[in-house]
Amino acid sequence: MKELVVISGKGGTGKTSLVASFAALSQNAVLADCDVDAADLHLILDPRVVERHQFSGGNRARIRPGHCTACGKCEEVCRFDAIFFDGPGNGSLERTFRVDPVACEGCGVCAWFCAERAIEFGPVVNGEWFVSETRCGPMVHARLGVAGENSGKLVSTVRTTATRLAEERGLDLVIIDGSPGIGCPVIASITGAHVVLAVSEPTLSGLHDLKRVVELTRHFRIPALVCVNKWDLNPEVCSRIEAWAQQQGLGLAGRVRYDRAVTAAQVNGKAVVEYQPDGCAGDIRSVWKNVAAHLETSRLEDANIRLRMPEMRNPL
Amino acid sequence: MKIAVASGKGGTGKTTIATNLAYLASQDGRSVAYVDCDVEEPNGHLFLRPFIASSRLIGRMYPKVDGDKCTHCGLCGEICQYSAIVCVGEKVLVYPELCRACGGCVLVCRPGAIAEVLRNTGKLEAGPAGAVRFVQGVLDIGEAMSAPLIRQVKAAAPKADLVIIDSPPGTSCPVIESVRGTDFVLLVTEPTPFGLNDLKLAVAMVRALTLPFGVVINRADVGDGHTLAYCRAQGIEILAEIPDDRRVAETYSRGILACDAVPAFRAHIVNLLSRICEAAPLAREAAR
Repeated sequence: MKELVVISGKGGTGKTSLVASFAALSQNAVLADCDVDAADLHLILDPRVVERHQFSGGNRARIRPGHCTACGKCEEVCRFDAIFFDGPGNGSLERTFRVDPVACEGCGVCAWFCAERAIEFGPVVNGEWFVSETRCGPMVHARLGVAGENSGKLVSTVRTTATRLAEERGLDLVIIDGSPGIGCPVIASITGAHVVLAVSEPTLSGLHDLKRVVELTRHFRIPALVCVNKWDLNPEVCSRIEAWAQQQGLGLAGRVRYDRAVTAAQVNGKAVVEYQPDGCAGDIRSVWKNVAAHLETSRLEDANIRLRMPEMRNPL
Repeated sequence: MKIAVASGKGGTGKTTIATNLAYLASQDGRSVAYVDCDVEEPNGHLFLRPFIASSRLIGRMYPKVDGDKCTHCGLCGEICQYSAIVCVGEKVLVYPELCRACGGCVLVCRPGAIAEVLRNTGKLEAGPAGAVRFVQGVLDIGEAMSAPLIRQVKAAAPKADLVIIDSPPGTSCPVIESVRGTDFVLLVTEPTPFGLNDLKLAVAMVRALTLPFGVVINRADVGDGHTLAYCRAQGIEILAEIPDDRRVAETYSRGILACDAVPAFRAHIVNLLSRICEAAPLAREAAR
C-alpha cells in the first residue's frame, strides 16, 4: 500500500483539482483530504458520510467566576496573553479574570497555580472527521473548528484512518490532498509517505515556494515529483522550474495547460477529467500516468528489497 | 491603522492585493509598512523587492535541565501538556520541537534545575522597499509551528500610518495569529465553489475574533454568482470586484507589481484603498 501526497507550498496552484481527477482515474484508492483548515475536495467528490467523529486538538482553561478571588496569579503565569481582567462579577467582586479561548494555548499553567482551584482545565472539541463513500471510492476528510488548533493532529487522524481503510478493503493506494505551506499540517501529511507530488505554477512565487516545499520533502527524505500547472501562463518560467527540478534530481510528472474548463468543472461539481475528454483533462491524464508509473516502480523496488532481505541476513 | 489581508483559500490574490496596496499608499506620501506574516511561504519580497538592511535569527525558548540540580520529582513532566518534557526514571528528556514555551516546567521546578535557552526557528528581515517599510519572517524548513514566529514578526512591525499585514492562507492558528489585533481584515476570494467554501470558513473565523472585515472578489468574472449572493445575503461589504485579466497574471508571474503595468488594475486598487480608508475607521468606531 502506497501513500501519494499532493502538496504545493504556494496555495491555489491546483492541488485539489488534480486530486479530484486522480480520484476519478485511479479506481483503487482511498482519498484523504488533509487540508483540514480549508477542505474543498468534498465539493467535487460529494461524499456520503457514513461515520462521523469528534476531534479534540487540546485542552482549554476556563475560570469559574464564582470561585475567582481576582488574585491575578493566572494572569501573571500566562505567557500567551490569554487572561483578561474583564470577567463577570460574583457578589464579592465587581469583576473577575477571564480566559480568552482563542488566545489560550491549553498549557494548563494557570490552572496548576490557581490556589482557589477556580480554573477548569480539560479537552475541547474543535473539529470533526468523517469516513465517507464517494463515486471514486472511500474518502476520509475533516473539518477543523473555527479558530481551531493542532491541525497536525487532525491530519494524522485522517491519514491513519485512510491507511487502515485501504488495508481493510484491499486497496493499494491512498491519495492525500495536502495543505499549502510547509508548517505543521504539511509535515503531518508527508512524514512517512511514499511519494510527494509537488504542484507548482509558472510564476516566481510558484518557483520560490516549490523550492521550500522540496527542501521540506528532503528534510523528511520523501521522494518528490514535480508538475507545473497552468504552464502556458508563462512558458519561460515553466522551463526554469523544470530545469531546476531536473537539476535537483526530481522526477517531472508533466505539464498541465491553463484552461477555464477547470473552473467550469468545479462549478459543475465534477473532476476535470469527468468534465471534458481532452484539453487540460488530457494533460492531467498524462500526469496521472507518470505518477502511477512511478508508484509502480517504487512498488517493484520495495518487493525486490523484501526479496533480498533474507539473503542479507544469511551471512550471519 | 492595521489592515490584515487574508483568505481561506490559497492563491486567491492576497499578496497581489497586499503588495499593490502598500505600494500605492506609499506613493501618496503616507507612511506605510508591509509585514509578510506568511512565514512558511513569504512572497511579498518578490514584488516589493526590498533592500534587506537587517536580518536576524529569531527563535523560541525551550527548557534545559541541569542534571546535578534535578531531584527527579517528575513535576515538569506532569505539568507539560505537550509531551515536550518527559521524566523517565532518573532521566528527563526534552523535545524542543514540541515545546510551546509556556514556562510551566520552570515554574514548578523547586530546585531551580530548569533554565530556558533559545532555539532558532527562523529569521526576521527588514528594510526599505522604495517608500514602503518592509518586514518579513522566514520560517526554517522542517519547523512545524509558525504562529510563534508570526507573533515576533508582528511585534517587529515598524510604526506607520498604514500597516499592511499579508497573512498565510487557511483559517487555523497561523492565520489567527496574523489577523489578531488588526483594525480591519480584507478577505480576498474568488467566485468559485472552492473560493466560496473557504470564504465562509474565513468569515466564521473573523466573526469569532469579532474583527471588522470586508471582501474583495478577485477574478470576479470567472466561476459563478454564488459568492456575490452569499455576501449580499450576509450583509458583508464587498470592497472591490476585480475582473480576471491575463496581463495581471503575467506581471504576477514575473514578480512585477501589476499596478505599474496594468492601468485598469491600478484603478481598482486606488478605489479599494479609498474604500478601506473609509470603511476601517467606521468599523472601528462601531466596534467601540
